[in-house]
Amino acid sequence: MIPNEPKITPALIADHGLTPDEYERFRGLIGRDPSFTELGIVSAMWNEHCSYKSSKVHLRELPTKAPWVIQGPGENAGVIDIGDGLACVFKMESHNHPSFIEPYQGATTGVGGILRDVFTMGARPVACLNALRFGDPKHPRARALVSGVVAGIGGYGNSFGVPTVGGSVGFHPRYNGNILVNAMAVGIAEKDKIFYAKATGVGRPVVYLGSKTGRDGIHGATMASAEFGDTSEEKRPTVQVGDPFSEKLLLEACLEIMRKGCVIAIQDMGAAGLTCSAVEMGAKGNLGVTLDLDRVPTREAAMTAYEMMLSESQERMLMVLKPEKEKEAEAIFQKWGLDFAVVGKTTDSSRFIVRFGGDVMADLPIKELGDEAPEYNRPFTEPKKLPILDAKSIASPVSIKRALEGLIASPDLCSKRWVWEQYDHLILNNTVQRPGGDAAVVRINEGPKALAMTTDVTPRYCEADPFEGGKQAVAEAWRNLTAVGARPLAVTDNLNFGNPERPEIMGQLVHCVRGISEACKALDFPVVSGNVSLYNETNGRAILPTPTIGGVGILDDLAKMATLAFKAEGETILLVGETKGWLGQSAFLATVLGREEGAPPPVDLAVEKRNGDFVRKLIAASSVTAVHDLSDGGLLVAIAEMALASRIGARLDSPSAGIPPHAFWFGEDQARYVLTAKTAEVPKITAEAAGDGIPVRVLGTTGGSQLTLPGEDPILVSSLHALFEGWLPTYMAGGAAE
Amino acid sequence: MKSAVVVFPGINRERDMARALKFVSGKEPAMVWHADSELPKGTDLVVLPGGFSYGDYLRCGAIAARAPIMEAVRTHAAKGGLVLAVCNGFQIACEAGLLPGVLMRNARLKFICKEVFLRIERSDTPFTRQYNAGAVIRVPVAHGEGNYVADADTIARIEDEGRVLFRYTAPDGKLDPAFNFNGATNAIAGILSEKRNVLGLMPHPENHVDPAVGPTDGRRLFESLVSTLEAA
Repeated sequence: MIPNEPKITPALIADHGLTPDEYERFRGLIGRDPSFTELGIVSAMWNEHCSYKSSKVHLRELPTKAPWVIQGPGENAGVIDIGDGLACVFKMESHNHPSFIEPYQGATTGVGGILRDVFTMGARPVACLNALRFGDPKHPRARALVSGVVAGIGGYGNSFGVPTVGGSVGFHPRYNGNILVNAMAVGIAEKDKIFYAKATGVGRPVVYLGSKTGRDGIHGATMASAEFGDTSEEKRPTVQVGDPFSEKLLLEACLEIMRKGCVIAIQDMGAAGLTCSAVEMGAKGNLGVTLDLDRVPTREAAMTAYEMMLSESQERMLMVLKPEKEKEAEAIFQKWGLDFAVVGKTTDSSRFIVRFGGDVMADLPIKELGDEAPEYNRPFTEPKKLPILDAKSIASPVSIKRALEGLIASPDLCSKRWVWEQYDHLILNNTVQRPGGDAAVVRINEGPKALAMTTDVTPRYCEADPFEGGKQAVAEAWRNLTAVGARPLAVTDNLNFGNPERPEIMGQLVHCVRGISEACKALDFPVVSGNVSLYNETNGRAILPTPTIGGVGILDDLAKMATLAFKAEGETILLVGETKGWLGQSAFLATVLGREEGAPPPVDLAVEKRNGDFVRKLIAASSVTAVHDLSDGGLLVAIAEMALASRIGARLDSPSAGIPPHAFWFGEDQARYVLTAKTAEVPKITAEAAGDGIPVRVLGTTGGSQLTLPGEDPILVSSLHALFEGWLPTYMAGGAAE
Repeated sequence: MKSAVVVFPGINRERDMARALKFVSGKEPAMVWHADSELPKGTDLVVLPGGFSYGDYLRCGAIAARAPIMEAVRTHAAKGGLVLAVCNGFQIACEAGLLPGVLMRNARLKFICKEVFLRIERSDTPFTRQYNAGAVIRVPVAHGEGNYVADADTIARIEDEGRVLFRYTAPDGKLDPAFNFNGATNAIAGILSEKRNVLGLMPHPENHVDPAVGPTDGRRLFESLVSTLEAA
């Protein structure tokens, strides 16, 4: 008999985030009323966070294959072949809801979770990145959230011992009630030693490893599958607590038992803990699993079966071990001071059975728990197309110089040094391109190959046109990898949206995914892993649609890596790509004029590919000395960033006739790069470009200590530097949010 | 040179250290587990590397200082053997009584990872003989608790005895509070034991040895050790 207390009531079902239809579906599946523990289990499996029920039908559109893809979506992380018998394992995941409630622990456990996803597959993590979005800097909680999240990301990664090498930080009032914390981890494994969740063999021991189980994080995934109201503070107990020390031990112990050949299947306990991991291992291997909860190591007394099945205590793993290697594995775990307990076994029954205190607490069909999860093709509306703004109709209220100063000291474009100096970005001694460049570059073992990585998205573009915005996020990641000289290989996506039950939000999701899909296909840049975070919404107000793209590429020789800093005086500055002066949804329009209007710049993927391939070719041939992609803030912001990184100024020529100067300097036309080259190299570059039909123009020359533009007062690089570096530390110290 | 790198649970720069030792000396160091009670025979350099031993949940280094291997490290040091203690290793060495003083939270209470400038106070030590006294080098730091503090008598004593080996300075070698980023007493970044055979420092010279990755200002510290030990 399955003990059935407390009684299942409609209110209890609703508290578990299940709709009456979903409950009936579950009842139909098991042919009876569920027990309380079973209700908990199904709520953990069928919530949005774990089941992807609103997004799955659309995610199938994404291209996931390429000759170099070893493992696409569906495992703990994606895996790509990087040559020399090595594979790169990577994924990005959100921890948005918990980080808003409890910023330090929320961010910390976000990093811990994604690292576990990577080393579960047998990879040693080599780098972390992140993408963070906060509300209006003037919002009363903004500083505390920034401070807590940054400290949490650093607190975990620094102690665990992985460099946090890149990321992005942005602000917008639409994140006032829901911040975004997207964490990405990248690891390297031997190609033929990748580990998966699929269990094999009947009667094999199912082993619990790592930290003890406590009451933290119960219903965390369910919490992350609902929008916030005014009482989200009350959800603090659902946030887990991170322990990077245990995770570091878990990493070393797991890699050691993998090396010793002890592991058949492994799954980390992430969202919905023991429930999800056990079901996944069994279901993937077409096996049943019986768990004996009396053997689960607990750190609190009198935990119930329900609590143990739903706990999201961190730093735990579930494995199926080779029976003959069990003793050896146990000794390794004891050496690292970690719990090791045989908590169950695989069966041929196709049932997921949970025993506790002599009772069967749950007896469910294991495959159906995952396979028969509800899937919705929710109604969605077509996003409204916004008009294309004519640059000539937008007058600049200030000089080019003032506009540049405003942009460079704006919350979105200012230096994020205050953030990344709190992250150990140098540990492991492979960081060859540090934070602040277009992409981070991390040497692979002793080189000469290196991985390039970046996270990108422009949410205001996605809000204005989800399809073009989705394309642009992919194109920008591809461009950033290209700008350091890397060959882009694959992406992980982290889709952050509001409540999918609202057709306009669903419309954003559907069209962003379509845009991502089209761009990934055109750029041969498949999606190998990802995560969907919905219900980022408070009192009916959703975040900007934010499909973060984490891109990974490879450099064959890190000695040829490009960086954005000017290298010497007297070099020629070149612009690759066509400039029309697109001001719609530009940073200029938003920052200088306070307007977020118009259609965002369209992305011509064929042009994107052509221009990028050309730039990569120049980098490989060592024809250029500095490279920077153009994005937020356009041409002049890019040039300023190159000057700021080198403290070398530039003399710039007149902008194109027919384009208002502010549109020329700050327009955000896509598929563009700024390069510098020794003057002697320029004829060759322009001839090559002409041959390929690529627009390249000379913008000016590097040199001096200021930026000189025709008709403008000179701009001292040193004063620009003070503005660029000044905003964030001043703000965080309690200074003005303007 | 026969070096041994001690591995405590939660240490995470032991690989960087081993790699730097190998890179400069050509010899693989032994990795010694904290629960062992003996160093490999013939060890002439013990390294306590950086990281977060035991998560640094208690006072940094306090638990590691009481690990079984530390008795062997103390014996090695008492006999005049060389000990290099970096970052968490410095904290462990202070907690183990190998060095005086303590490392407190950084002045601005934040973990900081960046390159800093260090002035080398003397070159007549086994750790710095390949540098010139007064030279300024650039090496990274990565710590939250590196603010060196000791009572006034201890500070006076280590200063008088010339046991401060590295100080945080401006690029020109001048003392400047703006460059003493963690607020250390007298801008102290690294100190020697009484017998000058134990060095504790917060910065990470092991992260600046390989030109393929970046600057190489840390390299001469390892070359100094190699030349000291190979000459012996």
